[in-house]
Amino acid sequence: MEIKRTIKYDADRVIGFGRKIMGVTGCDQLSSCIQCGTCSGACPLSIYMDYSPRQVMALVRADFKNEVLRSNTIWLCASCYGCTVECPRQIRITDIMYALKQRAIKERVYPRQMPIPILAREFAKMVSRKGRITETLLVMQLFLRANWRAVLRSWRLGLGLIRTGRFVIKHERIERQAELNAMLATIGNGNAKDAA
Amino acid sequence: MNYSYFPGCSLKGLGRAYEESLLPVMRHLGAELNELNDWNCCGATAYMSVDEEQACVLAARNLAIAEKTGPQDLLTPCSACYLVLNKTQHNIADFPQIREDVDRALKTANLTYTGKAAVRHPLDVLFHDIGVEAIKQKVVRPLKGLKVAPYYGCQVVRPYATFDHAWNPTTMDEILAALGAEIVHYPLKTKCCGGSLTGTVPEAGLRMTYILLKEAIRRGADVIATICPLCQFNLDAYHDQIEKHWGTARIPTVYFTQLMGLAFGIESRQLGLHRNFVRMKPLAEITPVAPVGV
Repeated sequence: MEIKRTIKYDADRVIGFGRKIMGVTGCDQLSSCIQCGTCSGACPLSIYMDYSPRQVMALVRADFKNEVLRSNTIWLCASCYGCTVECPRQIRITDIMYALKQRAIKERVYPRQMPIPILAREFAKMVSRKGRITETLLVMQLFLRANWRAVLRSWRLGLGLIRTGRFVIKHERIERQAELNAMLATIGNGNAKDAA
Repeated sequence: MNYSYFPGCSLKGLGRAYEESLLPVMRHLGAELNELNDWNCCGATAYMSVDEEQACVLAARNLAIAEKTGPQDLLTPCSACYLVLNKTQHNIADFPQIREDVDRALKTANLTYTGKAAVRHPLDVLFHDIGVEAIKQKVVRPLKGLKVAPYYGCQVVRPYATFDHAWNPTTMDEILAALGAEIVHYPLKTKCCGGSLTGTVPEAGLRMTYILLKEAIRRGADVIATICPLCQFNLDAYHDQIEKHWGTARIPTVYFTQLMGLAFGIESRQLGLHRNFVRMKPLAEITPVAPVGV
């Protein structure tokens, strides 16, 4: 039987990471987390996560940057806001998950085989170009980038959408795209701009 | 009653049956909807994962256009749009840094946003502005005997909605009951459907969807009523994959506005009911009631 240490070493910490995340708008309440675990109990996805939401809160606060950013937890969060509503310390846990996702995308450290960050980037790209999302085209784009085999697996779904008149292939777009781009450009160094 | 209308991308695509049923139902109740001029994507959960400030700007453009249009409230049927627009409104009010960023961005387009333009969900408007009594009066084809599991999902009721409860909302229950439908006790009514995980991490996402379907069947429902295009898609479109993994859980999932339309005597095709993968049985088969006044 292999005996493994499950607790991280002090040397694994990236000092300042916790402060940085708590400095993101809306995330400052994290410092008052009492580790009660209500978030993990409210979360419908915690049973699939490598670190529970409570553990992620502790890891962030203790500067374990690599463990958090490489975890599948932040990508499995579906933003149902159950934890945020229930947290007895009014910590905006869902927003902290967003701050972590943004950081992971910026530093490109997400787990391999995880199509969610790719979806987020493709989504942002399409919005920056067309102003609107055409879902069927977005999903095809995602499959091509992340997992082209999924296209083969989903042929029946695609046919069903065509049959029910929901497979839209004409790009939805706004009229004043230049206006929208100028607005987005006022936010410097945005991740979305990197993505595009 | 006048409302600005923010359809969102889904209602023009996978969720078009929502728009197809919402518009005639609102018209039937005397409410006028005017589609917001040149609206853009709200950003949903995806854009917020990439860049929070830009996501705020994206949503704020819509709020500013709504404010420019006039004093009427902004009707937002999609749960993701509803959440993002409300969240942006809160963020602008609560955080001066975001307010500053948004103001600067809006200025380039000669737009301003002062925080007016209330973002409201059709459930809220139907329940509080129009009222259950007025809805009841329009019913010509009661849904008597139809057992409905009311499914709200997450992002309308959490965390910004003030018009209903975060875990046990009842506005849709009451509206559907006013149509004559029988409301099935459905404790999973605000459990997440899995969102985009059904496509990206199906072993987790589809399992969540399966649990919702199975529970509705176990409670004896004929149909699940939903208020969100993503919930509707997840609960309706993946039955063959779900069957392969966990067994059959076939039950139709329709928009609550489609059930309203049926009760108002509108043709099922005009309400987009033919767009379902798992079709709802014709009303006459489920509930053989003669129309009122015939």
